[in-house]
This record gives sequence, structure tokens and C-alpha cells, in this order.
Amino acid sequence: MQKTQNNRAWFMVLPVFLLVAFSAVLPLMTVVNYAFNDTFGENVFFWVGTDWFQDVLTDDRMWAALKRQLIFSAIILAIEVPLGIAIALCMPKRGIWASLCLVLLALPLLIPWNVVGTIWQLFARIDIGLLGYTLDQLGISYNLGQNATAAWITLIVMDVWHWTSLVILLSYAGLQAIPQAYYQAGRIDQASRWAVFRYIELPKLKGVLLIAVLLRFMDSFMIYTEPFVVTGGGPGSATTFLSIDLVKMALGQFDLGPAAAFSIMYFLVILLVSWAFYTIMVNLDREDVPK
Amino acid sequence: MTAVATALPRRRPARSLSAGTAVSRVALVLYILFLLVPIYWLVNMSFKTNVEILSTMTLWPARPTLQNYVNIFSDSTWYMGYVNSLIYVLMNTVISVTVALPAAYAFSRYSFVGDKHLFFWLLTNRMAPPAVFALPFFQLYSSIGLFDTHIAVALAHCLFNVPLAVWILEGFMRGVPKEIDETAYVDGYSWFRFFTRIFMPLIASGIGVAAFFCFMFSWVDLLLSRTLTSVNVKTIGVAMTRTSSATGLDYGTLAAAGVLTIVPGAVVIWFVRNYIAKGFALGRV
Amino acid sequence: MAQITLSGLAHSYFPYPRGEQDYALKTIDLTWEDGGAYALLGASGCGKTTLLNIISGLRRPSQGQVLFNGQDVTDAPTTARNIAQVFQFPVVYDTMTVRENLAFPLRNRGMDRGYIDARVQAVARMTGLEDRLSRKAQGLTADEKQKISLGRGMVREDVNAILFDEPLTVIDPQMKWELRTQLKALHREFGHTMIYVTHDQTEALTFADKVVLMHEGRVVQLGTPEELFARPAHTFVGYFIGSPGMNLFDASVDGSTAQVGRHRIPLDADYGAQAGRVQIGIRPEFVTLERDGDLPVTLQRVEDVGRHRIVRASLDGMALAAVVPEGVEIPADANSVTFDAGQIGVFVNDWRIAPRGRGAS
Repeated sequence: MQKTQNNRAWFMVLPVFLLVAFSAVLPLMTVVNYAFNDTFGENVFFWVGTDWFQDVLTDDRMWAALKRQLIFSAIILAIEVPLGIAIALCMPKRGIWASLCLVLLALPLLIPWNVVGTIWQLFARIDIGLLGYTLDQLGISYNLGQNATAAWITLIVMDVWHWTSLVILLSYAGLQAIPQAYYQAGRIDQASRWAVFRYIELPKLKGVLLIAVLLRFMDSFMIYTEPFVVTGGGPGSATTFLSIDLVKMALGQFDLGPAAAFSIMYFLVILLVSWAFYTIMVNLDREDVPK
Repeated sequence: MTAVATALPRRRPARSLSAGTAVSRVALVLYILFLLVPIYWLVNMSFKTNVEILSTMTLWPARPTLQNYVNIFSDSTWYMGYVNSLIYVLMNTVISVTVALPAAYAFSRYSFVGDKHLFFWLLTNRMAPPAVFALPFFQLYSSIGLFDTHIAVALAHCLFNVPLAVWILEGFMRGVPKEIDETAYVDGYSWFRFFTRIFMPLIASGIGVAAFFCFMFSWVDLLLSRTLTSVNVKTIGVAMTRTSSATGLDYGTLAAAGVLTIVPGAVVIWFVRNYIAKGFALGRV
Repeated sequence: MAQITLSGLAHSYFPYPRGEQDYALKTIDLTWEDGGAYALLGASGCGKTTLLNIISGLRRPSQGQVLFNGQDVTDAPTTARNIAQVFQFPVVYDTMTVRENLAFPLRNRGMDRGYIDARVQAVARMTGLEDRLSRKAQGLTADEKQKISLGRGMVREDVNAILFDEPLTVIDPQMKWELRTQLKALHREFGHTMIYVTHDQTEALTFADKVVLMHEGRVVQLGTPEELFARPAHTFVGYFIGSPGMNLFDASVDGSTAQVGRHRIPLDADYGAQAGRVQIGIRPEFVTLERDGDLPVTLQRVEDVGRHRIVRASLDGMALAAVVPEGVEIPADANSVTFDAGQIGVFVNDWRIAPRGRGAS
């Protein structure tokens, strides 16, 4: 659409700008302030330069949390994106069953995150949870509190349970938008089911998949509530992801300086990786300029 | 030549499920079962007594009881949790959509100095980990005297809901031809009258989808709402974490509270089920 | 290549049609000769696309048979019918280059490389896509994308038929002429059976050797463009073909005279006595304006459309059009018209009837 040049449009954007600036810029300034200063309380600050950053960067604990976080996000994306596309392909295209499936699929997305954690914590307990009990009866050693592998698998299954629906809904919306003529052309050209997916469906899904990958990356990288409820970051620090580590540092130990420096780097990592995803996916083929 | 329809025999066209379709239906059903089993377990527990929960392993309540729900509805710290949560969620939804509407209109219709940077900056706020903002928010709202109020949580959630609402609404508005605006102006409508009387009804489904997402992300958050509230505005999420850690054993009530948190979401999805897919597809890439 | 026969074909989108009104296609018996260039013409929603999709196997008819060279293919899938089809809007595989797009139908059928390359080159030359072959299909204009679709339709040499579903809708007028001429040339060169769906009579009449005209789910006439013009089998054909369409008047017919209102109009043959709704039709091209002639009319206006003029007049309140060729003067005091008796058609309940002792068409 041809847009009109009109700088007065700023007035329409102003409420959003002020509101978000109030919620984002002021707190961000506080964080930056803490990151470069130290305090003995009573709002007396003195400049420490990049000391906190150096502290955090040389802190093995942070590096370990970052590594866990990256592995977690990578596994989540590797499972949820293909699974989400696959389930979306299985969905009926229209009718009452399609509506019902949509509603059931969307259900996990609307459960408060701590309740998601609670559901899985209860579900996984050996004594009273169906999952834990069943595994235990089958003779599989399963103990969230002591076995790091069990904790990881539980968190991953929980995240898949919680968030794959988002990828499914996005992919489903993308599939619905493909005109019927494409499928008919595929049949005329004798394309195999795989070729139809590879050359018709996947290219048309690229836009929504970009959104799906970005959202899933951001949210899995920021995950806090669910693992906090289910494992509390344990056993040991096996599932202490960045957010959990950060909250421990800031609210638990009141190490505000390092926590702030940590926050800034955390934010930058997300920005950087999101930007990288965006650039890579947009440039997958060179002539494909976003419109 | 003439071809007049003779008596038309009735025959149902042959239709059978192909093998591929059958496999995909089975996969879909299995996946939905996977989604529902943990939820079922929670529902199951909410109808059991604590004794039954702890003593035996049963797939359905042996002696169903409503006692857990009675506990919740007779204890104000529990049911006020719901009321408080609903209040700030609705406040946030109204604020987010209200401010996002004109902004999305501006982004979809006009180009202006810094528009692309502004749009990108808005989206980056979606990327800020709430954990990063928890402490600064606490200090900010304490210093202006809003700590432990509904509006504090509603404003804090604007951080990630406003960008999302702008993004979704902009997608819907781009689908409305610009000629409609111009015709309305020619017919003598003021901008405000045009926007409320003509434009908003046209993108009603978009507004519904945006409101749905604001509701959803505000409803599911625990971290910020817990950080910004303490006594007066105890939210349902907070009530759950505190009760579970304080008594430690009241699983039945905990499960019932969990089930009740799912209900508002389920109601909301039912109303917007036909718009969900559309709302996702129209977002800006 | 094949002769395609539709036998007793009917289709309804309802699983249990309750009556004729539920049928998108009413009973159709039709044979498409091998190597013919056909246009399937009709207004939007008359069932053209449904019929096309039944021929290509994208849809299964509710009843009746589809025969290719006498062999029943009603239940055969699209792939087994070896049909090519070009859709209304360009359908291209975005992520492939133009070359890969054109090669796709051949590659899926396991042709060898050398043959594929040769065919792709040939088709690219025909459609004027030679210098685009290595480009991604995505970045091209709508015109070029539709050329790719046309090219993919023509790349297979052994197809039984090529079906076109209003393929030039999105193409610029200038380009339309060019592509249509190309298609005709291709037809002459390779002799494929081609079926071209359109709602545009000019497109149909210039492309096709034979035109199949559809109306409300029925085939009302199959014939050459000349036949459709000169001897429309149904009032709809008279109305739809020609610009302006045929003049139609309610009449009663007795022997070789028609009575329209208070006027008697001579016919060139004996039609006997007819019951039902009787109409006579005359093309505006065969209506002559004159002074003090047989049928008094009131002139209303004259439209100059370039090659000729159209005179709108009223015959006792009934609208009437006459075409006056270029170079012929309209008499200043013209107050009546004469019909060319040899060109008058008689229709009973919308269908043309033959005079006694002669076949209808």
C-alpha cells in the first residue's frame, strides 16, 4: 500500500510511545545505572565502570547457565518447530472438528505459567502423579529431584506440551492461506506428497515460521516460571537457566550490580540471536525481499 | 442439440479416507491426548480428598468431592485472587488495545520520521526478559506510590502487550483499502468519527484477536504480577505459590485452584476460536 | 492425445441432492474430438470450472462417466489421466527457478535429463521466458508467472488434453492478444486437444474452432463460432453471443407467419402451430431501418461504437436494437424496421425449433 508522508502521525503513536517508554526506558535506565555503579545503600552510588561486567563475564556460574540456556532453546526449537508443522498438516481443514481441535490445542497457551509448572510438578511425582507413578511402576528410575536427566526431560516435555500449540496454530493459519489451485497444480504435475510439502507448503509457511521461530526462541530463552516451579533450578544447578540465575542473584542475594550487568548482556544476547534468525531466514534465498 | 435433465438418480459420491489421512488423524488424536492427560490429572485431583490423593493411585475419584472448590470459594484470599487477577488483566487489555489502535493506524497508513525504527524498538520490548525488569519495576512503582495496585501490574504488562497489539492490529488494518478512509473524509467525516464509526467495525475481528492475545499474555504471567503486588492485590498465581509452600500438603485445593485458572482462558478461546488462525496469519513479518 | 467423451454426466456439491436445483451440472452428453481447440464459454457460475475439474479428475462427478478414447476414467486420479491444466491465477513454485518450474512435471514423471532440458528450452522459447530461466519464480511479475504456468501446461508432449481455466484474467490486454495467438500457433503445431474456459466471448470466438456454450449447468450449444452466431440453439446463446445480443420477442407462430403484438411478421418457412412460450429472435445485424416499412418503431438513441453504429429503438414498448454498418446512412426520418426473414429464429420454451421438414442444426 502506498503510504502518505505525514509527520503528524506521530501524535497517534505518542500514547504508545509514552506508555512503552515509561515501562521500558525508565527501568532500563535503572538497570544501566546499577550496572555501572556500586552502592552502600541510601541511594549513594559511585562509578565502578565495567567492573561488574568483568565480574559476570569471568563468572563460571553465568557461563554454565548460558550454556544450559542455549542447549535448552536449541532442543526446544528442534522439537517444537517440526512437530508443530507436522501436527498442523494433520489438522482437518474446516468444520466443527477443526474448531474443536483449535480450541483444545490453544488450551495450554492460556494456562498461567505457574499453573503449568504446578500441573507438571504434580503429574511427574512418583507418589501421586500419573506420569511419575507409571514410569516408576515400569521400573524406570525417575526422580526429578535427584536425576538431572529426568529433570531435563521433564522440562523439555513440559515446554513441548505448553508451547508446540503456538507453532501449530501459526502453521495452521499459514496452511489455510494457501489457495486450493496450488494443490490442484501439484496433482496435475504429479508431485509426490513430499514434493507438495517441500515446494508448495513449506515456502508458503516461511512467513509464519519466521514468527514462530522468533517467538519460541525469545520465550524459551526467557523461561523462568515453569522450571522454577517444577525443579527450582535443581537438582543442584542442572536446570538453572539464565532467568533463574538472574532472579537468584538480584532478589535472593541482592547483588544488584552484577545482576544488572548480567541483565544487560542477557538482553543483548536475545537481541543478537533474534536479529541473526531474522536475517538468516529472510535471506534464505536472495531474491526474496520482504515486501 | 438439446440436453434436458431427466430424472436424476440419487447417489452419494464415493468417499473414503485414504491411508495417509487416517494416519494423520491418528497422530492428531494422540497429540491432543498428550495435551489433555496432564490437564485431566489436575481435574481428577481437584475432585479427590487429600487422603485419597496421597494414599491410592486412582484414574478417577473413588469418592468425588466438591470440598476443594468449597474451600476456595469460602476463603477470600483465594477467591479475591481471581478477582484481582481479572481486574488487572482487563485493565491491561483495555489500555493496550486503546493505545495500540491509533498507533497501528498510523503505522499502516502513514510514513513518518523514524517510523521503522520506532516499530522495531517496540518489538524489541517483546524480547526483554521479564526477569530483567522485575527489580527495576519494583523500584519504579514503589517510588511513585503505585506498588501493590492493580494499575501497576496492568501498566507493567503493557511492556510486552502493547507491541504485540500494535503488530496484530497493523496487519489487519493494512488489509482495509485506503479508499475507504478517503471516501469517508470526502463525505465530511472527522477523523475521530470515521475511526470509531466506520474503521473500527471493519477491523472488529482484528480488535478481538488483539484483545485475546493481551488477555492471554497478561493472564499467564506470574513473575511481574508477583513482584509488583504484596498484600492488597494478591493475585491468583501468587495465592497458589504461597499456599502450596505454606501448607505444603493441600494438593486437592491446589489442584482445584489450578483448574479454576484454566476456566477463563477456555471461555475466551471458545469465543475467538474462529479468529485465532486468522489473527496469526495477518501479522506483519 | 485423446477423444474425451462425457456420458450422462451430472454433478452436485450436495451429498444428497434433493432435486434439479441442487445440481451444479445437469445431465451432459458431449464429445470433445481429438485435437480440437474448444472454448467452454458461459457466464460466471454456470458450471464451467466444475466441468473442467471433472475432466481433469480434480473432482469426481456425482453420476455419469468420463471416457478417454472410449476408456472409462471416471475413477482414475488426475495423474493417471495425463492432463495438463492452467489455472486462473498464476500457480508457480516460488522457491524454484523458472527452469525448475518448467521441468517439474517432467521430473516427477522420471523423464531423462537430456529430454527435459530440450523440452524446457523449447517451451521457454515459445513463451518468451528464455532470458528468465535462471531467475527465482518468486520475483517475477504476474504476467511472467502466468507464462510459467502456461509453459508448465505445455511442457509435456504426450498429454491427453490441455485445460485452460480463464488463464488470461490477470494478463494485460496487450499481452492477452500475444499469448492467445501463441496458444493458437501451438495448437496448430502440436495438435493437442485444448479446452479453454472463459466468460469472454471475444476470447472464446478468436481462440476456438468449436465453442461449447454453457448456461445454468447445461451445455446449450456446441458449434463453430459462425453457427453460434447464425443459428443459436437457445435464447441464451442468442443473448450471450453478439454485441448487442439477439432481439427476442414473445410471439405466436402459425405456419410461416409470426404474430408479435399487432404485427404480422413473415417467416421463411413453415413452423406449423406451436404451443408453450414461443419467441422469435433476430440479430441486430439483420434489422434494417427504413421509412414507412413493415414494423413501425420509435427511435430512441444511436450509439457509435467505431466500426458500426447501434440504434436503440422501441417496437410497441419492446426494446429493439439494430446495427447499421459503417458507411450506411441512417435515414433522417426512419420510423420503421424490416427483419430479414431468412435470419429469424423461432424458439419454443427457449430452445430453437426447426421448420417442418428440416433438421434444427
